[in-house]
Amino acid sequence: MTAAKAAVRPPKPTGWRAIRERMRNYAHHHRSITILWTMAIAGALLIVLPRIPPLNLIQSANPWYDAFANAGVYVLLAMGLNVVVGLAGLLDLGYAAFFAIGAYTYAYSNSPFSGQDLPFFPMLVVGAAVAAVFGIALGAPTLRLRGDYLAIMTLGFGEIVPIVFVNSDPYTNGTNGIGGIYRPEALPFFGEFSPLTSFNYMIVMIVIVTVAMMLLYRLHDSRIGRAWMAIREDELAAAANGINTVVTKLLAFALGATTSGFAGVFNASKLTIVSPDQFLFAVSFTVLAMIIVGGMGNIWGVAAGGFIVFMIQAVVLKQLSGIAETLQKAGLLPVFDIGPLHVDIAKVNFVEYQYLLFGIALVIMMLKRPEGLFPSQVRRAELHAAEELGPDDPELLGALGDTPGNDEDMGDPAASR
Amino acid sequence: MTAMAAEPMLVVENVHTYYGQIHALQGVTLHVAKGEVVTLIGANGAGKTTTLKTISGLLHARAGHVKFEGEDITKVAPHVLVERGIGHAPEGRRIFSRLTVLENLQMGAFSRPKANIAPDIERVFALFPRLKERERQLGGTLSGGEQQMLAIGRALMSEPRMLLLDEPSLGLAPILVAQVFETIKEINSQGTTVLLVEQNALQALSIAHRGYVLQTGEVVLSGSADSLRQNETVRKAYLGED
Repeated sequence: MTAAKAAVRPPKPTGWRAIRERMRNYAHHHRSITILWTMAIAGALLIVLPRIPPLNLIQSANPWYDAFANAGVYVLLAMGLNVVVGLAGLLDLGYAAFFAIGAYTYAYSNSPFSGQDLPFFPMLVVGAAVAAVFGIALGAPTLRLRGDYLAIMTLGFGEIVPIVFVNSDPYTNGTNGIGGIYRPEALPFFGEFSPLTSFNYMIVMIVIVTVAMMLLYRLHDSRIGRAWMAIREDELAAAANGINTVVTKLLAFALGATTSGFAGVFNASKLTIVSPDQFLFAVSFTVLAMIIVGGMGNIWGVAAGGFIVFMIQAVVLKQLSGIAETLQKAGLLPVFDIGPLHVDIAKVNFVEYQYLLFGIALVIMMLKRPEGLFPSQVRRAELHAAEELGPDDPELLGALGDTPGNDEDMGDPAASR
Repeated sequence: MTAMAAEPMLVVENVHTYYGQIHALQGVTLHVAKGEVVTLIGANGAGKTTTLKTISGLLHARAGHVKFEGEDITKVAPHVLVERGIGHAPEGRRIFSRLTVLENLQMGAFSRPKANIAPDIERVFALFPRLKERERQLGGTLSGGEQQMLAIGRALMSEPRMLLLDEPSLGLAPILVAQVFETIKEINSQGTTVLLVEQNALQALSIAHRGYVLQTGEVVLSGSADSLRQNETVRKAYLGED
């Protein structure tokens, strides 16, 4: 298949294009090694960059590492949701529920509330497994629904789970949540986990993300991955071609839940507290926004999307006020008085406006680059095929127009924000 | 054509299928013998597509039963039936628009994970040379006729012994219709039994051995293709003659 592909390509690109071509080819044939190398380089950068300007001028290394570790949680969530939404085309708006289930599972196993103190790393797997069980339990009856109906159903589940945690006081400590969760056992060489050693969390996170990415890529390239794509394109046709749609969709759902459960366990151990308000719709929505921004369907893309969006949310917006204030003191940022309107940018709390800014960014994104920042090749080709064909080919454009796809479903949550 | 010595390949017996409360098939009975081309004709809403979907397992009959090669398949899931040798090219082409032509064909062979599918792909390309030219193109960018060819080719990739074709001429230019029907004949001559649903009754009867006429969920008429073509009612209702 790849030999034929090479034959079709224009002969011998030169310079940068040749290098990119060769790298792409290599990456295609050695996925896991490529992921290892890339994550090693990314990890090294994450370790070094916070210690040198300009990053160390913004905040010191530990808060940076802390932010990176938290970003990793969202990278995991984004990669997991990508399987459900991006690959299998099942719009899941209640994804935070599985995140919550993973987190509460760990809280039970490692807190004064339950009196348990089980080891962290096995619990990562247990938490993920519990989330997977709930994923299957929810998926089994609901996955016969399609499109909008499934979205509403999952939205409902996402609302129900935190409410159950709020109201089951004796088991969950209600609104207050479960606090004082024990931190993971000390690592050899790296030492204790504490708020002052975010470095450890970051390293663990990098390892988890790397492993998750390798596994997800395997699945993506496998028979199951193909089946997911076929279901996303056309469920009836997929069934008519011999795909067991029920099992395949359940697998996507369960896998998404598993990844989310992983993230939940890690997050609970890092925050040392879980409470229902950590798992509201905003989380589901944010993760969905991340995969839209990153480029739905492309694993690297959604991972990058998760990282970028989280860093904007957690670091850039927080620092903006400080930067504005500094600029104002230096006399570079005037206070605007437009009629009755008094605008003092230094006094704006950007974090408060994050969802407004998100919404605006998503609208612009949908208009200018609907395939996301790092789209999968297929999606890019699809969304820009019409432009490449030119306007003189009405037949082809017509064929594009009536393709049954999930684009409408995908676009909705973003546009309706 | 084929002598019906043993039980026919496909037997549909007094099948009732519903969409919720709607009683779509009201006791359809038909059979297809090995090696035949049989066509189902009828107006919109007569139940032709529903009959095919009931056979291929996309819908299940509430009463009656469907037998394929002697086994009851009334409640069998569609993906299992593909493995058992029933290929279904559903109505409206339904190709995977964001996969390439080649990938679409590969998906068609999903039920045969261990098979060497290269010869099968070559076979499809031999039947539809246009697809070979467009091998790397996304399915959604094909013209209607090419999509139809792809849908049929994809259904062939599971190596079906029986091929269910739902309105392969829908929305095609007359010249393409003729070409598609030629190909169906050729597929049949290579040994695949064909059950063909068509609104284009004249074309369908010209390549079929036998036919059934469906009306509001019931078979109202059946017989050899020739006899149906001569039949007064059929001529009036479906062949557009006065």
